[in-house]
Amino acid sequence: MTLSTAIAGADAVASRLKGPQGPKPRKRFSRRNIFIYGTLIVVALYYALPLYVMIVTSLKGMPEIRLGNIFAPPVEITFEPWVKAWSEACTGLNCEGLSRGFWNSVRITVPSVFLSIAIASVNGYALANWKFKGAEAFFTILIFGAFIPYQVMLYPIVIILREIGLYGTLWGLVLVHSIFGMPILTLLFRNYFTSLPEELFKAARVDGARFWGIYFRIMLPMSLPIFVVAMIIQVTGIWNDFLFGVVYTKPDTYPMTVQLNNIVNSVQGVKEYNVNMAATILTGLVPLTIYFVSGKLFVRGIAAGAVKG
Amino acid sequence: MDTTGRPNPLFRNLSAKIAAIPMILTALVIFVGGTAWTVIYSFTSSKLLPKKLFEWTDVINIGDWSLSIPTGIVWKSFVGLQQYERLWNTNRWMVSIENLFIYGLCSLVLSFIIGFVLAALLDQKIRFENTFRTIILYPFALSFIVTGLVWQWLLNPDFGIQSVIRGMGFVGFTFDPLYSADIVIYGVLIAGLWQGTGLIMVLMLAGLRGIDQEIWKAARVDGIPAWKTYLFIVIPMMRPVFITTLVIIASGIVRIYDLIVAQTSGGPGISSEVPAKYVYDYMFQGQNLGQGFAASTMMLLAVAIVVIPWAYLEFGSRKRG
Amino acid sequence: MTANSVEIRGLDLAFGAVEVLKDLNLEIPEGEFLVLLGASGCGKSTLLNCIAGLLDITGGQIFIKDQNVTWAEPSQRGIGMVFQSYALYPQMTVKGNLSFGLKNARFAKAEIEERVARAAEILQIQPLLDRKPAALSGGQRQRVAIGRALVRDVDVFLFDEPLSNLDAKLRADLRVEIKRLHQKLRNTMIYVTHDQIEAMTLADRIAIMRSGAIQQLGSPDEIYNRPRTKYVAEFIGSPAMNFIDGVVAERGFAAGDTTIPLDGYGWADGPKQGPAWLGIRPEHVATGELAQGKPFRQEITVELFEPMGADTLVWTTLAGQPFHFNLDGQHKVATGDRMTIGFDSARGSLFGKDTELRL
Repeated sequence: MTLSTAIAGADAVASRLKGPQGPKPRKRFSRRNIFIYGTLIVVALYYALPLYVMIVTSLKGMPEIRLGNIFAPPVEITFEPWVKAWSEACTGLNCEGLSRGFWNSVRITVPSVFLSIAIASVNGYALANWKFKGAEAFFTILIFGAFIPYQVMLYPIVIILREIGLYGTLWGLVLVHSIFGMPILTLLFRNYFTSLPEELFKAARVDGARFWGIYFRIMLPMSLPIFVVAMIIQVTGIWNDFLFGVVYTKPDTYPMTVQLNNIVNSVQGVKEYNVNMAATILTGLVPLTIYFVSGKLFVRGIAAGAVKG
Repeated sequence: MDTTGRPNPLFRNLSAKIAAIPMILTALVIFVGGTAWTVIYSFTSSKLLPKKLFEWTDVINIGDWSLSIPTGIVWKSFVGLQQYERLWNTNRWMVSIENLFIYGLCSLVLSFIIGFVLAALLDQKIRFENTFRTIILYPFALSFIVTGLVWQWLLNPDFGIQSVIRGMGFVGFTFDPLYSADIVIYGVLIAGLWQGTGLIMVLMLAGLRGIDQEIWKAARVDGIPAWKTYLFIVIPMMRPVFITTLVIIASGIVRIYDLIVAQTSGGPGISSEVPAKYVYDYMFQGQNLGQGFAASTMMLLAVAIVVIPWAYLEFGSRKRG
Repeated sequence: MTANSVEIRGLDLAFGAVEVLKDLNLEIPEGEFLVLLGASGCGKSTLLNCIAGLLDITGGQIFIKDQNVTWAEPSQRGIGMVFQSYALYPQMTVKGNLSFGLKNARFAKAEIEERVARAAEILQIQPLLDRKPAALSGGQRQRVAIGRALVRDVDVFLFDEPLSNLDAKLRADLRVEIKRLHQKLRNTMIYVTHDQIEAMTLADRIAIMRSGAIQQLGSPDEIYNRPRTKYVAEFIGSPAMNFIDGVVAERGFAAGDTTIPLDGYGWADGPKQGPAWLGIRPEHVATGELAQGKPFRQEITVELFEPMGADTLVWTTLAGQPFHFNLDGQHKVATGDRMTIGFDSARGSLFGKDTELRL
């Protein structure tokens, strides 16, 4: 720091010392605070608005929607749209509502989450603690693979699944989710296991534990938080997937998102906006619940899972 | 037990190698193999599904010894760059590229600005930080399908924002992006930003929190105003976060698909088509695989242009350093 | 002659092109407490990990109790290891920590109980058996970590800087405890540290390592009094040894105008001449009346002094070179004071300038 800036700095310090200084004894209604909180409240309203509109629309009857404005709260609350969305709404192919899609999604998500986490956690553990020649090379390919647009690999996978007889089945989709979840989850677990003290691993080896023994007895019990984070990433990611669902399953095994899109964007019949919104909320309910319940862990998950795009 | 000899290195660490088989298979078969397959087939005229991964039809006979080569279909239908020529002469592809470009650029710039400003606001030691963050981030938990459908409803000209504002007396007010070909992509942009800016904000916030608090003290001691500190000190320091965020946004933009399907189905007409949708439609509905492969190869190229320089900067220099 | 407990023959270890350990040989007799001492990065912990089997070596052989264990699993080598962080399994109780190794070796339940009980008795940790490591004090953790090796009835204990994370007081206490344990168990122990006090107090023999090779292997007394290289001389002793730059001539050691007699110096390989360093430990310098009896005497000026309680470290110039020595802490000095100092080169060390080896 040159002398002149030092003096200028000293001057500034002196001038600050006169006035109210520092962030601590701040006035509650300073212009700065009004600006910050004002902006944030407006922004928060903007972000919250669509959820609000979804909810109020889903609770109105169609006549009320046609007459009123979308922001107005329902005059007469009705749950009929929800019932209809769940069990009667038509997709153009069938009129079974979202329920079938919901159960398909459950049957896809549960095994996908378990399989992908099981594979990735063991991979990450091997990469972190049992490095072997070439492991890093495969890992690098895996990470770069995360950036390849899915469209590039869609078709080869169709052929592979057809060859092994899984095309169009739930298990085929489970496999696809496990494959595409692998880069980010492996990275997540590798980094986590690397951050654990290496001496614990060494101590366990001296104590005679082997690969699986150390994984199950030492690593797993210490890693519950990261498993929760991985589950959050996977449940939301797989539940929200549309592309793989539409490519690798058939109409009777379509997941909820595909079913939802087919219901709402069906060109047949009269548009029932309230039913559509009820269906939309129903589809978003699982990830939203996870989001609001998990809080900070979700943030940690998306910060790690951001690479997935 | 004989422990004197050096064991075969192939069997050393065997469990780890077995455990890594899924990773190795995914890396080699899906990521390398699948990508190579698509790129190779983009130079062919294949219209319908090949029966097998490779057709083992070409037989070379040398004496009484014969050899099948696995590239039969490629040789037979090799058409060079014909698919690409056709691609770039297709109006729908050009519209898709233009849309992707507009959407990508706007989304990139706006995500950065909105994300950073929101993060900076949240970083002012405010109360209810968690509440604000929770509200701004929740759309990210929703799928693009849900996002697209909600905004389709909000932007519905007969019932949505346009009608509400007209109802307030502004009779001439017009805002129906989903029904006007010129601005439909901006309608999608609004939805995309609503869904994705929360994530950018969180990443930026993490970046801001990662900055040494002493910097702020030093800037205050030196009498530098807050906005100048952000502009000249904090932002340059956050370069790594920006680069990572850039790569994340960019690779996400190239993939945009579900949002379009849900919100506009590519309409009105073809005015909101995007490359990913082009690929899907040609592969799975148009039965014109070669076009789909060529288009997806172009997508791969676009991602490579972003990712390779980034990887070089990020990892190349680290290795040397 | 006792049997060798651990024997290392021509051990090499390289990570890619980086050679970490080079043709290292070491024989450790049964029951010895050997300390591997060196600055960080000298390869001492790496060597310990090689002995434990936690690192695959590039060349050479390792024997434990005359068994070639070069490629054996860590658990099959008859070693137990105590780590810097103690590495107790956080989710298991003390009892779980102690019995984990035995369970992996498929011992019978009754046998496990018995061994755990015996180890707990030796280490006096019976009341702690049901606690989790987080609820233990530093000293208790160390005992559990030692116990983990003890229950397995190993031949060799390996310690990887077990005291370096602790505060000075606790470190001194636990050092004593380790020493006591060694006297009780009489197992071979290999102990890695960068702390020369730990090394001097604990060791039967010390191996001083530098750049992946052993510089000197000897008893603490030998290391202190007859350092084999200049590096060892520098490394051991605090405050550090003085090195006077000069030439060994017929009359003695000549540095500038000063000549220091070398009568009675224990030459390593017969008297030699040529450029050399004369190393004098600050604590071997006498002052006042005591200086009168020394072969070499000189009057010096106090330039700087650092009171340290028991001693005062005085800085001055000798033969045109900086020189420091210890003075009784009760002796009051001031900058500019003149005083006579004296020392006996027989207690010093000469190192050739070319080889840095002891002359």
